[in-house]
Amino acid sequence: MEFAELIKTPRADNVVLHRPFHPAVEGTLCLTGHHLIFSSRRQDNAEELWLLHSNIDSIEKRFVGSLGTIVIKCKDLRIIQLDIPGMEECLNIASSIEALSTLDSVTLMYPFFYRPMFEVLEDGWSSFPLEQEFELLSSVTNEWRLSCVNKEFSVCPSYPPVVIVPKCVDDEALRKVALFRHGGRFPVLSYYHKKNGMAMMRSSQPLTGTNGRRCKEDEKLINATLRSGRRGFVIDTRPLNVAQQARAKGGGFEQEVHYPQWRRIHKYIERFNILQESFIKLVEACNDQSHNMDRWLSKLEASNWLTHIKELLTAACLAAQCIDREGASVLVHGSEGTDSTLQVTSLAQIILDPRCRTIRGFEALVVREWLQAGHPFQQRCAQSAYSNSKQKWEAPVFLLFLECVWQIHRQFPCSFEFNEQFLIMLFEHVYASQFGTFLGNNENERAKLKLPQKTMSLWSWVNRPEELSRFQNPLYEANSLVIWPSVAPQSLQLWEGVFLRWNRPSRFLEEAEEERINIIKYNKELQAKVNALRRQLAEMETDEEVQEEP
Amino acid sequence: VENVRLLDRLSSRRAVVGTLYLTATHVIFVENGSETRKETWVLHSQISSIEKQATTATGCPLLIRCKNFQVIQLVIPQERDCHDVYISLIRLARPVKYEELYCFSFNPKLDKEEREQGWKLVDLNEEYNRMGVPNSYWQISDVNRDYGVCDSYPTEVYVPKSATAHIIVGSSKFRSRRRFPALSYYCKGNNASICRSSQPLSGFSARCLEDEQMLQAIRKANPGSDFIYVVDTRPKLNAMANRAAGKGYENEDNYSNIKFQFIGIENIHVMRNSLQKMLEVCELKSPSMSDFLWGLENSGWLKHIKAIMDAGIFIAKAVAEEGVSVLVHCSDGWDRTAQVCSVASLLLDPYYRTMKGFMVLIEKDWISFGHKFNHRYGNLDGDPKEISPVIDQFIECVWQLMEQFPCAFEFNERFLIHIQHHIYSCQFGNFLCNSQKERRELKIKERTYSLWAHLWKNRADYLNPLYRSDHSQTQGTLHPQIAPCNFLYKFWSGMYNRFEKGLHPRQSVTDYLMAVKEETQQLEEELEVLQERLANLQKSQSGDNKVKSKQQDRSKQIGLYTSNNSLANTPQEYSNDLKSFPSRSPSQGDEEDSALILTQDNLKSSDPDLSANSDQESGVEDLSCRSPSGGGCLPSEDSGKDSDEAVFLAG
Repeated sequence: MEFAELIKTPRADNVVLHRPFHPAVEGTLCLTGHHLIFSSRRQDNAEELWLLHSNIDSIEKRFVGSLGTIVIKCKDLRIIQLDIPGMEECLNIASSIEALSTLDSVTLMYPFFYRPMFEVLEDGWSSFPLEQEFELLSSVTNEWRLSCVNKEFSVCPSYPPVVIVPKCVDDEALRKVALFRHGGRFPVLSYYHKKNGMAMMRSSQPLTGTNGRRCKEDEKLINATLRSGRRGFVIDTRPLNVAQQARAKGGGFEQEVHYPQWRRIHKYIERFNILQESFIKLVEACNDQSHNMDRWLSKLEASNWLTHIKELLTAACLAAQCIDREGASVLVHGSEGTDSTLQVTSLAQIILDPRCRTIRGFEALVVREWLQAGHPFQQRCAQSAYSNSKQKWEAPVFLLFLECVWQIHRQFPCSFEFNEQFLIMLFEHVYASQFGTFLGNNENERAKLKLPQKTMSLWSWVNRPEELSRFQNPLYEANSLVIWPSVAPQSLQLWEGVFLRWNRPSRFLEEAEEERINIIKYNKELQAKVNALRRQLAEMETDEEVQEEP
Repeated sequence: VENVRLLDRLSSRRAVVGTLYLTATHVIFVENGSETRKETWVLHSQISSIEKQATTATGCPLLIRCKNFQVIQLVIPQERDCHDVYISLIRLARPVKYEELYCFSFNPKLDKEEREQGWKLVDLNEEYNRMGVPNSYWQISDVNRDYGVCDSYPTEVYVPKSATAHIIVGSSKFRSRRRFPALSYYCKGNNASICRSSQPLSGFSARCLEDEQMLQAIRKANPGSDFIYVVDTRPKLNAMANRAAGKGYENEDNYSNIKFQFIGIENIHVMRNSLQKMLEVCELKSPSMSDFLWGLENSGWLKHIKAIMDAGIFIAKAVAEEGVSVLVHCSDGWDRTAQVCSVASLLLDPYYRTMKGFMVLIEKDWISFGHKFNHRYGNLDGDPKEISPVIDQFIECVWQLMEQFPCAFEFNERFLIHIQHHIYSCQFGNFLCNSQKERRELKIKERTYSLWAHLWKNRADYLNPLYRSDHSQTQGTLHPQIAPCNFLYKFWSGMYNRFEKGLHPRQSVTDYLMAVKEETQQLEEELEVLQERLANLQKSQSGDNKVKSKQQDRSKQIGLYTSNNSLANTPQEYSNDLKSFPSRSPSQGDEEDSALILTQDNLKSSDPDLSANSDQESGVEDLSCRSPSGGGCLPSEDSGKDSDEAVFLAG
């Protein structure tokens, strides 16, 4: 298909761009296959705006006389308005954008056309192999092994080809366990706590059904993570009644009789369609222009967004607490094990593992616990908070995770190597990107689409020194401790960097950040100077002594 | 009283046993724990309420609520002891004479001269001179020399030059409590001014020629503008109701060239109740997010804060952008008027955003103009209906502005919190009494110490590391966002949950940056010394061999000097560690060092009373107190988990 067929009017002049907190600008609007480009050539204020069509969540048009106005609402929550003279042009442009922003074939997406202008120093597609992770693991314990049972994605379509499992369980047993778990998602290692040798596993629900089916291999598999005489915890992200109801549909939960060493805790985390509604309500509240203080707080409350944040953080703290404080192994699952399960396991690692608070460590976490673990990014992030079309599988599951990381970051501002911008950047790229990293719903689909061969990885770009410098937290000082966040309502705040990003003046906050960077930078420069001088002095003094001796 | 248990508010399972002491000035609780013997000190004047609850099997619970938002829960084994403590505290917390207050016994071991110096730190005459008055439009009036015209005003008041004593006295008779219009802030750049007064006694139709002349005089003192704004900070309904009592507001028909404006800030009773409601929310045990947000909204607190800020923004805009003078009043002109005038001044003039300037601002708009500190903050036993968090609201407005303009203020959050603390503590004489007249009669300056001097002495603790006097945010008028801006007003947990350290960020960016800046300063000094040494050495090497030995002696001396001085005030080991610096990458900090900064340098607190209960938990301490194995205690903040934990603990 040619994109040109979809572009009815490729260019319009005398278009006026309106954005909050910016003066209106007049310029030229161009449409290409993947971008909406607005450029103004005014001498004093030349600027260009490039917007990916895939970033456009919804488009509205209205007319006053022959002047048409298009309001574009983006997946990164920005809203811009374009005044386009001429009714026909305006209609053409609007329908072109609409068509281009709703392409249904993945292979037409921009990542397949994007050619990077930078030199690739490291291919991000192979930056974080599980084998490397396993190497680190095997330096501290020999209780685990790499299994290639899923090499052809035949055992579990949403798992990666390689997984880490207890050493004492062979591939044959894994195949049997896979049949006993929803979607074939048998329990695999998510995190190993070096401090006390406890493990966090994740899976999907067991298929016990109404007649209490059991699977000896499953029991053996998860019992293999227990120390003798110790018990473990199953954290089920559904409430008890939902877990019970699931039995009618063939699902279920680990029953005490068959898992006597495991204690089950139901820690309810909201499901995806409810989250999407909450997301939409919150964004609506943030864009509300009314002046009434009361309405703001009650709308914020009614969105329930912060309640979800609190529940999620609490569940993650609980998992971390079981491992670090109780000295117990943990198995986390909900129904499918592709959403709330991953939220809990990845957040628990942020709390427990200092490595996950570095930039590379966090990237590895996203790759391991989200991309390889089969979070269906493409389904979840197809639409954002503005879309009018009926939602199917959309949910801000990953955004909630990022926000929880931000909340912990806010409470421990010196313990993370990355800054808030890094998290915001990930949020943007999950919804619309020139990189192929978040395309597809699992490794299987990514392999079929040949993404590593045909598209550029986000990590290839982010990990370049120039880019990295933008995402570094100047205050970072490695903190090897477990960091326990507070989950009290007083301690949680709305993530303004995402939700109020486009409707608050950010200049003063940016200046503050600059000031912070400068203070630290100046300090480091001085340290370097002083050290250099000291060395120079020391050398000269010894030289002098040498001279004097003869 | 021995064997008293101090309960943790959030978790009844976390309690410490210790001994309770009552002294003439403090309640002191000393933990029995052998190593730390942590002490909690509470000034009697901080106690806002004491509640004796029903005796239980474990003893008799006593709940002490403090004005600085600390809540202390004690369990005393014997009912009789509890009752005695209760009765004593009730008496001690409500002194009837000023002489009973702590400031008359507090002695920071300063001599007389230092005390006098302390009181001279903030000088209002100097401040008016700084603003640029007296000048050809404004003069100092001695009409109130012996508090003869208005007993709640200061003796020295600035008025327009054209306002004769006759006009002032005439106008004062037409104003509530004779609080006639007087200068609060003068804008040198455009002659616009902020004046303040109380409401006129206009009733339904009364008028007063002198008062009209007074307002005319204010307008004339700003030749660039042909009218003045008269801002009544009350809701219109309240102002109208006042007319029935012979009070009211200015009628635009009677005064030439005024524009009259209502800005609805609620009265002290509404504010008192609002705070009460908000504190109830803060005190909830493990509230859900909805409980908290609903409670916050229902209290209306942030709405009131916004109303005060809006009034300040309106006035600042009139003065700075329109160049129009403003007369501000409410009913008596000592609560809302003080709030609004000081917020407007703060927005207009960068000086008030410095540490010294902020002290001056409080001295000017609050202390000198007769804000009734004693009544509002209940220092002496009095009418509970007079109590209201008026200045607390102003302090919160400042905090809200600090959140929006992080580089604009020289001081940090701690400065505000400590000022709030001392408004209630009565440890210093500044905030005693209801007026300048009363303070003079009580000879405050001879008998007590000044808070300003105390804060100034410890100013290093109160600095905002992001402040630079040459930064754009520190220049000129601040323009807070007006709409949409609801979401800019946030709950201030640093103040209202001040004593629940677990709720706050565990690492303070402010403290961290201050430590870095301190280190930077030391590095700068060391750099200078090193450069000098290097220069000397180079000279000696290029120099003659004969003088060499001498030179070396000297360089040795310099070396000695270096280690004695510049390095002596550096943490020695710390700077030695820095030798490893070149090898460390920019992102991977030196762990040992950072741990040092975070755990030690930051924990300093200049004020013994404040630090008494402020054991700032570092990550390490935090872990130990959260350990579930430690006597079955559980992390309290994660209270959402309690039910589940109960499950697995029982098992």
